[in-house]
Amino acid sequence: MSALLEVRNLKVGYGKIIAVKDVSITVNQGEIVTLIGSNGAGKSTTLRTISGLLKPKSGEIFFEGNRIDGKEGHDVVKLGICQSPEGRRIFPRMTVSENLDLGAFLRNDKDGVEADRERVLELFPRLRERINQRAGTMSGGEQQMLAVSRALMGAPKLLMLDEPSMGLAPVLVDMIFETITKIRDQGITILLIEQNAAAALDVADRAYVLESGTVKISGKASDLAKDDAVTKAYLGG
Amino acid sequence: MEVSGASLVGLLLIIWLGVNLIKAPTQFAQVSVLGLRNGLLYALIALGYTLVYGIIELINFAHGDLFMLGALFSSYFITIWFHQKESNLAGWITFGFALIGSMLFCGTINVLIERFAYRRLRRAPKLAPLITAVGMSFLLQFIGIKWNGSTPRQWPTVIPHGDFVVAGVIISQVTLILILVAAPLLSVLTYVVNKTKRGKAMRATAQDQDAARLMGINVNKTISFTFAIGGALAGAAGLLYQQSVGTTNYNLGFQLGLIAFTSAVLGGIGNLNGAVLGALLIGVVQGLNDGLPIALGQRWSQTVVFTILILILVIKPAGLLGKVTTEKV
Repeated sequence: MSALLEVRNLKVGYGKIIAVKDVSITVNQGEIVTLIGSNGAGKSTTLRTISGLLKPKSGEIFFEGNRIDGKEGHDVVKLGICQSPEGRRIFPRMTVSENLDLGAFLRNDKDGVEADRERVLELFPRLRERINQRAGTMSGGEQQMLAVSRALMGAPKLLMLDEPSMGLAPVLVDMIFETITKIRDQGITILLIEQNAAAALDVADRAYVLESGTVKISGKASDLAKDDAVTKAYLGG
Repeated sequence: MEVSGASLVGLLLIIWLGVNLIKAPTQFAQVSVLGLRNGLLYALIALGYTLVYGIIELINFAHGDLFMLGALFSSYFITIWFHQKESNLAGWITFGFALIGSMLFCGTINVLIERFAYRRLRRAPKLAPLITAVGMSFLLQFIGIKWNGSTPRQWPTVIPHGDFVVAGVIISQVTLILILVAAPLLSVLTYVVNKTKRGKAMRATAQDQDAARLMGINVNKTISFTFAIGGALAGAAGLLYQQSVGTTNYNLGFQLGLIAFTSAVLGGIGNLNGAVLGALLIGVVQGLNDGLPIALGQRWSQTVVFTILILILVIKPAGLLGKVTTEKV
């Protein structure tokens, strides 16, 4: 398997506070990889740095073999890395349709965009019903569907999802994870951040456990789900 | 209580307008036309305030002074560099180039101000960029004093100052020219913001900069573009003011800037249509107050404008077209 994304010894901070101390992760083509860990472990900071929203203090990020750390956010998107960020961050005063269009902001292949639009509306039929509604007036679950769809509209090679299940009703959580598997089956590699470790380990191929900014444990997701330390700390066992 | 207060104010306003309309209908139309003409000028400046506020939530106090520099640039361009003093073909051609020149000039200055002063402060506490904007305003005024001198300066104009009479109402050619220049600019702006990709990037950046980055939008470039448009409109307003009034002064930006900023707030700051509506409304109210037989008169002009602003904001705090958005978290 070839590494699509490789993060080496990443260190990121906000001013004097170091949020990510030493994180190295690899995501291979076609995988679902999950980062789990408690609040403040540095998961979102890692994702934001990969997306170019934050500059690392040290460490390297490679995508398809090319170094990308230090690139601007909009240039990272161009490479095919799309993110559904923490807190959804949809554009509240725009309609669902306009939000989807913005997801495809950099694309010029009109037919491809139209096809992808159909595809995400198949994945989330609820969004089709709300297509002309202002995104800010939708429920949390619907906004989450929109955030994921918007990221998919960028035709990503790597889709990064930050807490897609946060604040959702249990039925919706199941539905989101089912959809994540469907997206992978369509050939998109996924890097998933979750606090819902059980569900994340269930869908993922491999997992990394982050603790105060460092990778504590890593391995096959199915193995980690049985690991005593992981079960105690994150699965409520 | 609030509703009845609002309707009382509305009722008094209607009575005042009604009495004047019956008493002097021609004069009424006349001052309305004059008011609309000033309102258009305010609108061009107000849009610069509202565009910048809309995208980075900064009240760009230097914007009025940018307009003043546009007026000075136009004066020098037409009278001193190209020696045009009369309304003839050469004068018109120079006017056209002055329009392009002034728009480029002010657009460039505005982009540079953002690049070197405001951008560094984008993540600083709100007061820092605000005070920087006040400082920038003084800086531009100082340039104005150096360039213009500290006293008002008279200029020959190259646009005709004749009149048309329509049903007893005098419409000056200046008014027509103002409309002919301002209206297309406003339509182009509306088109750019609502229909183009750049406009979409502007609206996305205004709502959430990080999310916009994640869409592949170059946020810095988008903000620069917004400052360029705002500056260009101020440049156009500078030329139109200078050519219609014929006088320039270094503190021009403060007076008109304040009115234009008020227009933007009245219409709902951040809202483009609101800025135009607010500007036209203030222009007309000023016109009516200054020119109607039963009114407080010119000396009370500012008082009337700001009283109306306060009343409207008390009733509608977000401005006429501003929306208080309720967003679910």
